[in-house]
Amino acid sequence: MSELEKGLIEARDIGVIFKSGRTEVEAVQNVNLTVNPGEFVSLIGPSGCGKSSLLNIAAGFVKPTSGSLLVDGAQITGPGSDRGVVFQQYSLFPWLSVRKNVEFGLRRAGMDRHKCETTARTLLGLAGLLAFENHYPDQLSGGMKQRIGIVRALATSPQVLLMDEPFGALDTQTRTVMQEILTNMWQRFRISVLFITHDIDESVFLSDRIYVMTARPGRIKAEITVPLPRPRTAAMTQTPEFVDLVNRLKTLIREESLSAMGSELKTGGVTGFEMEVGPEGIGKIM
Amino acid sequence: MQTMTSSPTDHASPMETSENAPSSPVPQGSTPQVATPGMLWSLVESAADFVRRNTLKAVLSAISVGGLFGVWYLGTKYQVDFYIRFRNIPTPWSVFEEARTVLSGNAYYVNVIYSMRRILMGFFFAILIGAPLGLIIGQYRRVSELFMPAIEILRPIPAIAWVPMSIMLWPTSEASIIFITFLGAFFPVLLNTVHGVRSMDGVLLRAGKCLGASEPALLWHVILPAALPQIFTGLTVGMGVAWVSLIAAEMISGQYGIGYYTWEAYSLVNYPAIVLGMITIGFLGLLCSGAIRLIGVVTMPWLAFAPGGRK
Repeated sequence: MSELEKGLIEARDIGVIFKSGRTEVEAVQNVNLTVNPGEFVSLIGPSGCGKSSLLNIAAGFVKPTSGSLLVDGAQITGPGSDRGVVFQQYSLFPWLSVRKNVEFGLRRAGMDRHKCETTARTLLGLAGLLAFENHYPDQLSGGMKQRIGIVRALATSPQVLLMDEPFGALDTQTRTVMQEILTNMWQRFRISVLFITHDIDESVFLSDRIYVMTARPGRIKAEITVPLPRPRTAAMTQTPEFVDLVNRLKTLIREESLSAMGSELKTGGVTGFEMEVGPEGIGKIM
Repeated sequence: MQTMTSSPTDHASPMETSENAPSSPVPQGSTPQVATPGMLWSLVESAADFVRRNTLKAVLSAISVGGLFGVWYLGTKYQVDFYIRFRNIPTPWSVFEEARTVLSGNAYYVNVIYSMRRILMGFFFAILIGAPLGLIIGQYRRVSELFMPAIEILRPIPAIAWVPMSIMLWPTSEASIIFITFLGAFFPVLLNTVHGVRSMDGVLLRAGKCLGASEPALLWHVILPAALPQIFTGLTVGMGVAWVSLIAAEMISGQYGIGYYTWEAYSLVNYPAIVLGMITIGFLGLLCSGAIRLIGVVTMPWLAFAPGGRK
């Protein structure tokens, strides 16, 4: 579908400042990151750390206050079908059938009706969703909707796929299955992915590399390469390497979450917080 | 089939009661059916359920309409006179007689056709202008800032208040009546469209942009369908207001039309015709809103599956 040479994402000294009236909030500070062609990169961090802002910049919804974001060397000017986006909320058009949803981007690109239909059916077939081509989104489960959302984002053959906590709204079982489906699709399409999540296990299972962000203002705190071989399987999540990596990331994020909550804890007068909630608990809060 | 095993009476009676019981008082179970007892039983059960549910509905509808006629009939029969006076009110029978004579002539149909034509034209222009304008007002802040102040000033003026102005404004009385009908429908259509656009889920807009939709494509392929349910709400409300406006306009300035017919009947002291005119207006209004609902169901099939939707 897309050549391995394409799909390079480079963020250079990105800063984002939100202004509301007189108050300014620095959401992102001096972020540098790279997603190499065909690489799966996750961005994790405590909530409110600006990871979604970075994705919105890459998608073209938000302009950075400073710095630049390049895809294949070109500056982002706005949203476009060269970058597929999968949203956290269900974003299928409820008035279109599953197939018409997948065709949407192709039609906008000027492809003729017949060719659109063939392409959409091929893609749905690859994803095992052809049986649902004539269903409306509201007839499908949440996991199914997100799978179609991914297929729709891939239909226009983008160089990169930007995913903003795409499985955040799904239950744990469905999410696990979706992660496996996503790794399979990613391997088939060989596309660069920038994946935002707050789920540490998810990021380790899916990624080649993980960027950990600090609490607001968001900076890159650590960059971690995941040494697990491909293809990834559910069984790998039990291996010591996997568990070690997850624990390392949990410690990193825990520090950030605590510093983010620090002020709230002081003002709220909550004491003994760390005693009551163990590392797992903190992980869940994020 | 089922009866061979154990106590036939117990088993067979439930499935036989509603249909066969009277003809075969002793349920022998000696006439085995092609279908299995379970299938047959569930069929009978669902049929009985259907009758039960719809019988109640039919009874209540009959009481509803019958009550209306009952009050009318009794009021006119006994010439009731407690503050409201039934003395001059025509009886149901005289209205029926009037309908019989009128339906065999031409004039009545001409009036109905005139009214329907005015409604359809006024409504057509209300959609033609109101929906696209609503889309761009809802979508673009600057367009909204340009149009909304004027709209907010004009909107509270009832269409009926426009009658004198409309007569002066338009060259023919036909055009002025259509204009008043248009005004009645225009504001509900416009404002509901605006609201539909503004309340749409923003993620759909972003999804459309990411998939390469240009600004016009976004309006046509994303914003319009997203606002369509709300637009149809506007059409339903607009149709009601359009009828109110039309009848008033016809009564004041009209020639022909069912509102004119009703008012003329009053002037000519033809009281049964007044009631006939009223019933006709009610019936036509029902027909129009029914048509909108039907078109809505056909054009928005996905709503049948929407959470909190019709299903």
